[in-house]
Amino acid sequence: MADEPLLKVEDLRVSFTTEEGVVHAVDGVSFTVGAGEVLAIVGESGSGKSVTVMSLMGLTRGPNARFEGRALFEGRDLIAASDAELRKVRGAEIAMVFQDPMSSLDPVYRIGHQIVEQIRAHEPDVSKAQAYDRAAELMERVGIPRAGDRLRSYPHEFSGGMRQRVMIAMALSNSPQLLIADEPTTALDVTIQAQILDELRRLSAETGAGIILVTHDLGVVADIADRIVVMYAGRVVEQGSLDELFYDPQHPYTWGLLGSITRIDRDRTQRLPAIPGLPPSLLTPPEGCHFRPRCPHAFERCIEVPGLEARLPQAPEHIDRCWLEPERKRELRQVGDQIGLASPESVGS
Amino acid sequence: MLFPVKAGLLIDRPVGQVHAVDDVTFQLKEGETLGIVGESGCGKTTLIRTLVRLLTPTAGTIRFRDQDITNANRKGLEPIRREMQMVFQDPQASLNPRKRVIQILGGPLRMRGVPRDHIESEARELLGRVGLQPEHMNRFPHEFSGGQRQRIGIARALAVDPRLVLLDEPVSALDVSIQAQVINLLDELQDELHLSYVFVAHDLGVVRHVSDRILVMYLGKLVEVSSAEELYDKPIHPYTSALLAAIPIPDPEENRARERPIVSGEPPNPVSPPSGCRFHPRCSRATEVCRQVEPQLTQYANGHLAACHHPQHVSAEEIAAAARSPTSPLSSGEQAPAAD
Repeated sequence: MADEPLLKVEDLRVSFTTEEGVVHAVDGVSFTVGAGEVLAIVGESGSGKSVTVMSLMGLTRGPNARFEGRALFEGRDLIAASDAELRKVRGAEIAMVFQDPMSSLDPVYRIGHQIVEQIRAHEPDVSKAQAYDRAAELMERVGIPRAGDRLRSYPHEFSGGMRQRVMIAMALSNSPQLLIADEPTTALDVTIQAQILDELRRLSAETGAGIILVTHDLGVVADIADRIVVMYAGRVVEQGSLDELFYDPQHPYTWGLLGSITRIDRDRTQRLPAIPGLPPSLLTPPEGCHFRPRCPHAFERCIEVPGLEARLPQAPEHIDRCWLEPERKRELRQVGDQIGLASPESVGS
Repeated sequence: MLFPVKAGLLIDRPVGQVHAVDDVTFQLKEGETLGIVGESGCGKTTLIRTLVRLLTPTAGTIRFRDQDITNANRKGLEPIRREMQMVFQDPQASLNPRKRVIQILGGPLRMRGVPRDHIESEARELLGRVGLQPEHMNRFPHEFSGGQRQRIGIARALAVDPRLVLLDEPVSALDVSIQAQVINLLDELQDELHLSYVFVAHDLGVVRHVSDRILVMYLGKLVEVSSAEELYDKPIHPYTSALLAAIPIPDPEENRARERPIVSGEPPNPVSPPSGCRFHPRCSRATEVCRQVEPQLTQYANGHLAACHHPQHVSAEEIAAAARSPTSPLSSGEQAPAAD
């Protein structure tokens, strides 16, 4: 990993004015991504994970959107950059792969045409023939058999997994330094998901590109990520390395996420230690810690927003937003023989 | 189950047939949860839609409590549907957006014969039972979150007091924390009301958590049937192993440590399925016999069934003791499976 991170996001805030009020979709998010590193942003619907990455690409700009903070990519601030500047970066230096490959491809153009268009948009000097050769090469690289022939196919002639490979090929066409993948495998079958994750991992290792992976699936995260950012209701609640997050999680929301997964590597439990309640509305978020109303361990102090800071002396990079003492957390998060969120009834004392 | 494949712009003309579900035999016991897993296009949804007779099978029979319902008409199905209900994947699409919750629940409650002046109190009780606030019964579906809508879908299914509930991917559209809530709810309801479930999902983790027995399907065929525990401990069919290996485990160390043979390729087009064993083009153990002969469904110890010429995780003695299952498809060969 290079000394200087590829991307440095500092205190990013995104809010949207709606008829019902102001929605603080992203509320002070900071993280860095290094070259060749895979950063996972984990959270549920409405946590602000997609808005965060889409704002980096300027895809959430609009008359009702407000942005604060900085996102430094190669010395440029993506948040302050003009639309014209961003257009040059987007697709070339930073590329994106979306969840639904069908709605991200144009159904009326052949696949080859779409990849070639992408290549020549950023590199106008490349001739059409050269671009087609490169498109075939890219398709081969992402594991599409008979790549040369398949350039003439239309998107509907591909299966979901193959379309997602095409999207990845397109994203790679201008050798980006940073690849943003928003739930790239959510719409795919498990066997295909495993193939795509393998592909992403290999490509990141080969090209040295950094990857931001947005997902709600902690299994996928454990498979591919180097570092993890956990978001809840617009805020980062915990951030750390893969092992720190899985083996010494500090925020009760992270415990809840870990406990909610049905696992094939463990004996079956009677009931899953699920998180009670629902995520808050971002129009009227709860005061203090946003997770407070659902947290069985909440106490008086949680009415103040906890700072996002390192609370473990041995792990300075592992930061979280929770007032509980780390020692106390180790007791509280143990539910049966696994990490989880205790049910409100069992936390009487 | 056969579906015609049609072509043409103005007038559809049939050009082929898809065997969406092909010679599948199984039984469901009272109080049992049967899981059905497989990738998209394996026929799992077609199978359970046929069970509730939303579709009529091309051939074969469906018996529910000793009654043949294969060709029952609308009227004949009415009492059956009171005992057999379905919960769909997408609660957004399966609830009428113009009806209030009380109306959504009122229909099936009337069908059960609840008198008009009791409907409201019954609806309140149902909502409480699925973990929703009874005061919300005058709301419309859009006023609820995805997880809450799925609870309404479950309440609607329970309104007729069924014995069997067919769940088609009931949690796959929900967030993880909400998934866990809904799975727990289904568990509790089963304990309280002694329901039987057929649970269809592509997520093997979820299916294992809820099921007693699991059917694994591939391209319309049954490839393995086993108790939930045994399926995960010793999968006999290579396809089952591949499905299990593909699931990422949310534990970094275990994930790094385990061997994961990633299955290559994708399920082929069901219009022209491969000859012999339908999984052979993607299978690392495939030999000549797999290309030519459809494997018989073989019964091993503990009622574990698998359709594979080269079974895994079974000893030579177990293979010798195994026999062709009477439920093996008619098209399957007579060849007994071979030991490695």
